[in-house]
Amino acid sequence: MNDSLLVVLIASGVAYGTPLLFAALGELLAERSGVLNLGVEGMMLVGAVMGFWTVERVHANTGLTLALAIVIAAVAGTVMATIHAFLVITLRANQIVSGLALTIFAGAVGLSSYLGNNLKLADVPAAHSFHTLLPKGMQNLPVVGPILFGQNILVYASWLCVIAVGLYLSRTRPGLNVRAVGESPAAADTMGINVTAYRYAHTLAGGAFAGIAGATITLAITPQWVDGITYGAGWIAIALVIFAFWRPELCLVGAYFFGALQALAPQLQARNISLGPTVLWSNSLPYVMTVLVLVVVSSGTARRRLGAPAALGVAYVREEH
Amino acid sequence: MRISVEQRLRRPRWLTVAVPFGSVVFAFLVAAVVLVATGHDPVSTYHQLFDAAFLEKQSIDQTLIVATPLAFMGLAAAAAFRMKLYNIGAEGQMYLGAITGAAAGLYLGGRGGPSAFVIAAMVVAGAAGGAGWALIPGVLRAFFRTNEILTSLLLNYVAGLILTYLIFESESYWRQTKGFNATVFPTGKPLPHSAVWPGWTLHVQGGTTIPLGAFFALLAAAVLWLLYKRTRFGFEAQVLGDSQRAARYAGVRMRRKILAVMAVSGAIAGLGGASQVGDFSHALDGDPNGLQKIGYGYTGIVVAALGRYNPFAAVLIAFLLGGLENAGNTLQGPSFPAGLVGVIQGIILFSALGGEILSRHRVRITRKSTHVTAAPARAPEPAA
Repeated sequence: MNDSLLVVLIASGVAYGTPLLFAALGELLAERSGVLNLGVEGMMLVGAVMGFWTVERVHANTGLTLALAIVIAAVAGTVMATIHAFLVITLRANQIVSGLALTIFAGAVGLSSYLGNNLKLADVPAAHSFHTLLPKGMQNLPVVGPILFGQNILVYASWLCVIAVGLYLSRTRPGLNVRAVGESPAAADTMGINVTAYRYAHTLAGGAFAGIAGATITLAITPQWVDGITYGAGWIAIALVIFAFWRPELCLVGAYFFGALQALAPQLQARNISLGPTVLWSNSLPYVMTVLVLVVVSSGTARRRLGAPAALGVAYVREEH
Repeated sequence: MRISVEQRLRRPRWLTVAVPFGSVVFAFLVAAVVLVATGHDPVSTYHQLFDAAFLEKQSIDQTLIVATPLAFMGLAAAAAFRMKLYNIGAEGQMYLGAITGAAAGLYLGGRGGPSAFVIAAMVVAGAAGGAGWALIPGVLRAFFRTNEILTSLLLNYVAGLILTYLIFESESYWRQTKGFNATVFPTGKPLPHSAVWPGWTLHVQGGTTIPLGAFFALLAAAVLWLLYKRTRFGFEAQVLGDSQRAARYAGVRMRRKILAVMAVSGAIAGLGGASQVGDFSHALDGDPNGLQKIGYGYTGIVVAALGRYNPFAAVLIAFLLGGLENAGNTLQGPSFPAGLVGVIQGIILFSALGGEILSRHRVRITRKSTHVTAAPARAPEPAA
């Protein structure tokens, strides 16, 4: 029963969806404060390469090394996000162009590739990687075993993050302030909220999440380093935030859905199931589905851009004199 | 201390030139720091870079091979970005143009038509292929208001998968199926002689060939310039870019404009794809580590943004960045750090963006204490 296609797809959907979920949560925080960051792909790649570097170079026990790798990946993502934050918040540059610049700078042919090649990380398996956490007995339970208990610690951490971000935005003072900053920075400023500080903090937090998302790929899903290993996951994460109407709990559902789509191609191949030109169809499915869901979400009921922060993408200038 | 940015009333002329120039210098300085930090000698690395880009024997010949597609991609991005339509799908539109252009070349060239006719057909087919692919995000944006940044980008991955599928995973019309080599490694079917684009060879640097595509790129730049500067279409597109509301009140037909601009942008990218096949590869390149790995379409965005969406500036910058990229390719190896070129390009773009703002604004740094009574205190900038 645990080998049935549906169970395997859902279980691997959860695993493959976890980096998407981390990245989407980070982008959600930045966007809720009014900063659109299209550099997710680049931040993820730098996080991925630095996390991988940590496990290759640090000689400590597995748990400690992996924890350190996640921290370093988060720091790397934060550093990347700082560039974007400085350009768009302090200098008020165009958020779209700056985000694209970040992806080019950090991305598959930029800094992440430079670091990966310079630190000689390509073509070696990870010295440490994340494995399933819970006892085998639990993992073998029918259906829930592989889906819920057969996951690594990052998956459980991501659930905590969803809850934390959800509570933060709906139940805490700073969380409500962020939403005010994203909806109407002028009003927030009048209330005495420091718009600049809030936007910086949440853009940087978004970078940290993206860095962790990248490390999830290189340390849990495919424990190795290859140039451009994220294959567009950062872009799917940005789209996810739109599907999820800027709500963390819906990010989780969407991330697992797209995770399952990514798992579909290898699963079908392993089972010798053919859908016409299999490789082409099933490989392009995550991208095509993302486009289709975007179309559905952006037309019809959601036409009023339900949930989008009103000041998303707009620099805030205080009228002082 | 408090940093404030205020608008300049008048923008000095010299800044228009100084900003891009300063950005390049700044980028090389920052990259030098990265080089030193990772144990490379910046002086010798840069020396190698410029030699390989512009000075060595046949270096300009090689640079043109990179600069030609970059010019097309830069023009494609400039055409759309100018209207604030962020088509970042030039990469995929180029693949599609390569596929349709190659199909036209293989089919018509194989029937022995005159070369000029075959090439013209490849140009038209390539442009149509690119425009068609660009119209997918165009239609979605015009009719469903779907974010064109995401759709055009995601379609790049799909286009890449199609390209690989045609050569590696199927026995398509584009694939070479005869001969011993075809059984060893899948390749595209070579173009017949009449479908190969001629170049103009100059006797400098031991033979420098200017590809036909480079002339097409210049022509495309001129057409684009005329279109945006001298026609009603271009004027309306720019109004739409500056203010949607003003455009709507002026009676601009938004949907049509979006579709037209996306089609023009895609057509230029597709033409770049046809030039890729006709000028350089002479067969459809489906290798995931070949054309797809270079990412001309993404560098095109850097080209367009640095040229501030001016078509002629885009061609010039394509040549300079093409040199950089060419040098990066030829030097790639143990002694030269891979990815350095992307890093430099990214920093150039960041500093151009920042410089652009600084040239329009004045930055004032004031001590907080003198302003305590005048303005409410703002928290200091979080440290970078």
